[in-house]
Amino acid sequence: MTTNRTDNHKAQLDLLRKILRIRIFEERVLQLRLEGFIVGSVHLCIGQEAIPVGTCAVLGPQDVVFATYRGHGWAIACGTPLEALFAELMGRATGTNGGRAGSAYLSAPDYRFYGENSIVGAGAPIAVGAALASRYQGSNRVVISAFGDGAMNQGAVHEAMNFAAAFDLPVVFICENNRYSELTLTARMVRSDRFYERAVALGIPGQRVDGNDPEAVMEAVEKALQLARQGGGPSFIEAMTARLVGHYVGDPETYRAPGELDALRKVEPVAALRERLLASGVPREAIDTIEAEVRLEVDTAVKAALAAPLADPAAVREHLYG
Amino acid sequence: MVKDSGQYYYVEAVNAALRRVLEELPNTIVFGEDVGEPGGVFGATRGLRELFGDRVFDTPISETAILGAAVGAAMMGMRPIAEIMWIDFILVALDQLVNQAANIRYISQGRLTAPLTVRTQQGALPGSCAQHSQCLEAILAHIPGLQVGLPATVQDAYDMLVAAVYSDDPTIIIESRGLYRRFREEATLAGPVQSVGGARVRRPGSDVTLVTWGAMLYNALEAADMLSNEGASVEVIDLRWLVPFDAETLASSLLKTGRLVIAHEANVFGGFGAEVAAWAAENFLYALEAPIKRIGVPHCRIPAAPHLQAALIPSASSIAQAIREALQ
Repeated sequence: MTTNRTDNHKAQLDLLRKILRIRIFEERVLQLRLEGFIVGSVHLCIGQEAIPVGTCAVLGPQDVVFATYRGHGWAIACGTPLEALFAELMGRATGTNGGRAGSAYLSAPDYRFYGENSIVGAGAPIAVGAALASRYQGSNRVVISAFGDGAMNQGAVHEAMNFAAAFDLPVVFICENNRYSELTLTARMVRSDRFYERAVALGIPGQRVDGNDPEAVMEAVEKALQLARQGGGPSFIEAMTARLVGHYVGDPETYRAPGELDALRKVEPVAALRERLLASGVPREAIDTIEAEVRLEVDTAVKAALAAPLADPAAVREHLYG
Repeated sequence: MVKDSGQYYYVEAVNAALRRVLEELPNTIVFGEDVGEPGGVFGATRGLRELFGDRVFDTPISETAILGAAVGAAMMGMRPIAEIMWIDFILVALDQLVNQAANIRYISQGRLTAPLTVRTQQGALPGSCAQHSQCLEAILAHIPGLQVGLPATVQDAYDMLVAAVYSDDPTIIIESRGLYRRFREEATLAGPVQSVGGARVRRPGSDVTLVTWGAMLYNALEAADMLSNEGASVEVIDLRWLVPFDAETLASSLLKTGRLVIAHEANVFGGFGAEVAAWAAENFLYALEAPIKRIGVPHCRIPAAPHLQAALIPSASSIAQAIREALQ
């Protein structure tokens, strides 16, 4: 890094704030789900926050994101207001999708977030189509297609990657590798779990990065964006991470090895970044202040969402056709 | 070059419709397997690549990527027209239509739309195997959010495709391979853009309503001719669009005739004819003078050999027989 220490601290504290915003949002979602204010399947991204934060930190205003059902973090990193997200999860009229999407299929195109997808791998070909549109529209828009390691075994992802490669489309595939295909260890489902090598085999530049380090993600995504904008086509980033919670709220996580979570908590993005900041001389109070501010922000958003009216059943059949 | 009006093959009308929308709408693109350089295995896109360059292109054999790309491009403001060579192949990528395209407008409350058109073709022809001969319109018509049309005439091959591309919602046009070059017909390949929807009375009659769609229209018309020689007046309705469903045209015919026969090439069990029959029973049971008859392929796979296919697929005479029964 060529930036001076103070600038670097400022930037890193900003990254910490963004990561904490997702973390504390998700912790509140968990609480609201357990209390019954939120119903249905909820897939939290606790532990994986550095990937959306790092990616969105380097996106341009024209770029767009297609993510998965574990997508609250992506929506937040894109800038979607927390209140609209809480409201969506609680079926409010003010939700991003007026209560029609819920936790697992929400979108906020005004904030460049083209949505979660509850079909594993299905967002990848759609992202490729958005990248195809960039070409005809003479736009330098690059499309982010995020999915998990489980999706690597879906035909849709393979088709999408080859389609993008064949036509040099401006898309960045980001594999959020948390090592689990839902409840199953991905390594058991493949012979090689070095997924970036699959991209390379398709002629796509592929690399592995530390997905718990937002700056490592930023660097890789920045390079990929540059390549895409120059007409160099897609890239593939395998961001190694871990989710610190179940696949869904209620997952008994019987698949965890003894001591697994303890080890993961030492390297998860909040702990890692906090430690790095403290070690480089940032006062603890500065970090605590950020955390307190984010908590207040989340509290305020929850209160506003709870106060909003429920989505109107009288309008439930609207917007099926234009 | 086709002129505006004259005698055309069905496939020429499809080609002319594509040319028109490519000329009129700069955000249209046409793609699919072999549609660019080769001009399509049935010739529907012939010459378009030369005229429109990169807006018409070949794709890998990846139906999910084809339909997914159409969904994504449409979400960003394009009007993609994707070809799925045979409707049987749509099954390997149904997710992109059912779970993806159909949801976009509704789930986003209209913030996003998916104005895409899928062109495909269906039906059994002598020698076509069981994976290249199915009639799958009911599967698609069952999905809220999609529009489904089956052009049967040369004029409709043009008009319905233009309407589909101009429509702001995902629309599947199921063409008939058997009709592509079966005959030339007088058609006007210009004219105003129609809206999606609307059945047509192809032959007026007063004794019985015969509802059909797609290539089965011609067997239905032949059956009506046969009945006419026997003194019965058959009204033949070409449904054209299964979704949106034109209840009005059907209702006025039923109230006139009091009898309903439905003929389609798809298998009868769970077919779209069942929806038409249920709709008629729910709304007009007391206006009906005879039980509703449905005729189509029985619950069976489609064999390749022509004489075996003929044992399953409704002919003009088997439709005529069904009408006679409805008239008893």
